[in-house]
Amino acid sequence: MSRYLLRRLVHACLILLGVSLVTFLLMHLTGDPVTLFMPLDSSPEDVAVMRTALGFDRPLHLQYLTFLGGATRGDFGSSLRHRQPALGLVLERLPATMQLTMLALGLAVLAAIPLGVVAAARRKSSVSLLAYLLGLLGQSMPVFWLGIVLILFFSVNLRLLPASGRGTIAHLIMPAVTIGTYSMAMLMRLMRATMIEILSQDFVRTARAKGLSERVVVFKHAMRNALIPVVTVMGLQLGTLLGGAVITETVFSWPGLGRLLIQGFNNRDMPVVQAAVFVMALMIVFANLLTDLAYGALDPRVRYG
Amino acid sequence: MGIVVVAALFAPVLAPHDPYDQVLTRSLRPPVWGGGSWAHILGTDHLGRDVLSRVIYGSRISLGVGLGACLVAGTIGTFLGLISGFFGGRLDDVVMRVADVQLAFPFILLATAVMFVLGSGLRNVIVVLGVTGWVVYGRVVRGQVLALREKDFIEAAVASGCTRAGTIIRHVFPNVSSSVIVIATLEVARVIIAEASLTFLGLGVDPRIPTWGSMLADGRQYLAGHPWIATFPGLAIMITVLGINLLGDWLRDTFDPKMTG
Repeated sequence: MSRYLLRRLVHACLILLGVSLVTFLLMHLTGDPVTLFMPLDSSPEDVAVMRTALGFDRPLHLQYLTFLGGATRGDFGSSLRHRQPALGLVLERLPATMQLTMLALGLAVLAAIPLGVVAAARRKSSVSLLAYLLGLLGQSMPVFWLGIVLILFFSVNLRLLPASGRGTIAHLIMPAVTIGTYSMAMLMRLMRATMIEILSQDFVRTARAKGLSERVVVFKHAMRNALIPVVTVMGLQLGTLLGGAVITETVFSWPGLGRLLIQGFNNRDMPVVQAAVFVMALMIVFANLLTDLAYGALDPRVRYG
Repeated sequence: MGIVVVAALFAPVLAPHDPYDQVLTRSLRPPVWGGGSWAHILGTDHLGRDVLSRVIYGSRISLGVGLGACLVAGTIGTFLGLISGFFGGRLDDVVMRVADVQLAFPFILLATAVMFVLGSGLRNVIVVLGVTGWVVYGRVVRGQVLALREKDFIEAAVASGCTRAGTIIRHVFPNVSSSVIVIATLEVARVIIAEASLTFLGLGVDPRIPTWGSMLADGRQYLAGHPWIATFPGLAIMITVLGINLLGDWLRDTFDPKMTG
């Protein structure tokens, strides 16, 4: 197990190095980075002075090493707009986004697993049909349109839920459902497909032949095994959820990381963009690492394979 | 699906009005069943443009971007997957690590960042969605090539003097092409949503061009009182994506029941 752990850790570190390189390059790909820090009408002499002061005249690989050093200490420079450390701004917004994505994942799992299990156990029932339709619709609806439809229905027509902002539980419901729907549909389809495959295996037939009730066979024997791939995919959903959050936060004016990022793009506030992108990627790499480890712990074949 | 393709191909004939035509005196008219007129069946937007005509013209952009981006992504991904799986070694390591790094970013984040760098515009959207979407093709193709490489007929091809490029093109590629077609179909659906999302965020196609994403962004401002502006382009996206997903599922079941996208 420790060799497996070590291998995964090294792998995660390599990915993080790549992530830092991409984040670093963002600043340089948008054009001359000095111009971001100066008013448009600056004289060429001022630009030259600023370029030296900010270190943009040095070779690119040295600049990258400086950036990497800063990033490991959590220093991404100051926001050009808010005049505050960029990482501080990001961390301030992080709880709002985590609250939303975790609730979204929770709702998705709570809906997906029972629906998937029942749909697989009773393949000709109305629940199965409902699950099929939900799965298809959930994967076909653009996240932001679902958000708009929910606002239209629950805020404009029924006046039940607030359309934007953060504060109460009522504010959380619509954005969380919006983000979680795609993952719910995906997890449910996976749960259903895995359950169907497992229910046709020999050990299930043995369990049934022993005279166990269908309930015990489905929930105790089959579901436990079907959960292994679902848990794996669940861990990998963080990327999808965070991506969904970027759009959903814009729709619902949710004061989270996604909205900060889009505002950062619009204001050309590169330190904030870099910090936000890096933190998001860091969380995804970490979640993937945890998933790998959980998978290794759940399924011994992976560790030695 | 068929309807959407026909709409895209024959937009100028089918659309009852010019999608760019702004008549402020007829702005925000409701659809025909909501008290509007037959002249504008799905109503008009805040600038008096016909919603139906814009939805019809929007299908061109959505399908065009979807197919274009998948062609780019499929070509890059298949090529890298083929050489990475066939040659293995350091090349394989590099390609797979790049794929891993790319997967560490949420897709929309990467696309947003690259759009920001390149600037908005139709061609850039296709390039961005194409370049950011290659990983799924690359990984599946590589996996299959790794398995194929061990097969006797590939060894026989090499032994009989076939060059490596020839072996890949004539013997390996035909065996992975059905998977590529299945992925490409499902990817068209995902790309259509991604394009609409980018345009919705203001980073995609020029907002003056009628696209489903930009119509949704416009319509969002008028949700209270004039919900039809945002409803129909959203429905158009959903029906198109649903159709493509069904086609993709069917293709997958037909070509390879064991494959999981």
